[in-house]
Amino acid sequence: MAWQWFHRLGSPRWFYQKTGAWLPWLALASAVLLIVGSIWGLGFAPEDAKQGNSYRIIFVHVPAAFLALAGYYLMAVSGAIGLIWKMKLAFAVMRAAAPIGAVLTFIALFTGAIWGKPTWGAYWVWDARITSMLILLFLYIGVMALSQAVNREQVADRACALLALVGTVNIPIIYKSVDWWFTLHQPATLRLTEASSIDPSMFYPLLTVIIGFYCMYAWTLLTHTRTLLLRREIRTKWVQQVLTEGK
Amino acid sequence: MTMHPVRRQRLILVLVLVTLSSAAVGFVTFAMRENMDYFYAPSAFAAGEVPVEKRIRAGGCVVPGSLQRADKNLEVQFVITDGEAELTVAFDKILPDLFAEGEAAVITGRLMPNGILRADQVLAKHDETYTPPEVAESMVSHKSCAGGAKI
Repeated sequence: MAWQWFHRLGSPRWFYQKTGAWLPWLALASAVLLIVGSIWGLGFAPEDAKQGNSYRIIFVHVPAAFLALAGYYLMAVSGAIGLIWKMKLAFAVMRAAAPIGAVLTFIALFTGAIWGKPTWGAYWVWDARITSMLILLFLYIGVMALSQAVNREQVADRACALLALVGTVNIPIIYKSVDWWFTLHQPATLRLTEASSIDPSMFYPLLTVIIGFYCMYAWTLLTHTRTLLLRREIRTKWVQQVLTEGK
Repeated sequence: MTMHPVRRQRLILVLVLVTLSSAAVGFVTFAMRENMDYFYAPSAFAAGEVPVEKRIRAGGCVVPGSLQRADKNLEVQFVITDGEAELTVAFDKILPDLFAEGEAAVITGRLMPNGILRADQVLAKHDETYTPPEVAESMVSHKSCAGGAKI
């Protein structure tokens, strides 16, 4: 059967056993990349001609914002897979992604405020980019709240998935807000289709930190999903085995 | 590789949900598109679209050479442009560090009947380029709104 691999992927036990081996590698990769990228970006990359040293918060701000947006799609797609295939693992991934995404969105907003004061002259403005990013934070918090608010797990799973899916419309709005409307926030620096408007001496440390953030995201998501799986499957034999044998 | 009919139906439902909710938000956003702008461009002032003596925001590129400072106090005047029209701004507080001629700025204030924008806040809008000082010096034009006066 062609779909067999997909259903096997949906087995919490198989997932738990497979991912256990990946965790140390992901932790190592994210630690190395984040340490190297931070030292490179904060200590060795040149300062910006206009903004001086204050631009260096980009090395936290941009990776956090990237993952906040990408993580939302991951949460929504997991929710969709859960709804369509009734897959418990997908729902667990969806629920695990919500608090991580909320933290990343908060970091992006917070570092943006710190960056805004010395450059723009204001911590906060209600322009389209910043407001839509705040809505993203509320969507993440909404999914978290919904998952706690309903006692019956399956009902909560479906409710969270629906909210996550409806919220996906916000992601292209955040991404394109700086092009569609007049905003105080500047347009994108890193572009997929054209050359980026950042000097290579600043781009490479930024890229290192971004990849490091991706690894850290993967590590955090897997760890949190595994914890959720153990809790959800507590009555099954394999979880009892894991808990008694410690592996 | 065929999908189970029940799953296919649920997939279609999910797609319909996402499409309809996105369309709804899209239409509302499109209907409110003018309110989504954080500021008016100088050409909106020239076209008379901006209410007089109401608190509004304007944004544009500070025209090089237009900045005039008073001798005795902090009073400054400068002109902003979007490449089509110009708007004179008057301000009496300290300008942000990144405020410069040839760079973009966003101004909150009231449009006076004489056509001058009386500002109570000026924010600097920096561009999306990051360059080391040596590279910036060697470039012919590093001003973010030289030429096209993009804002």
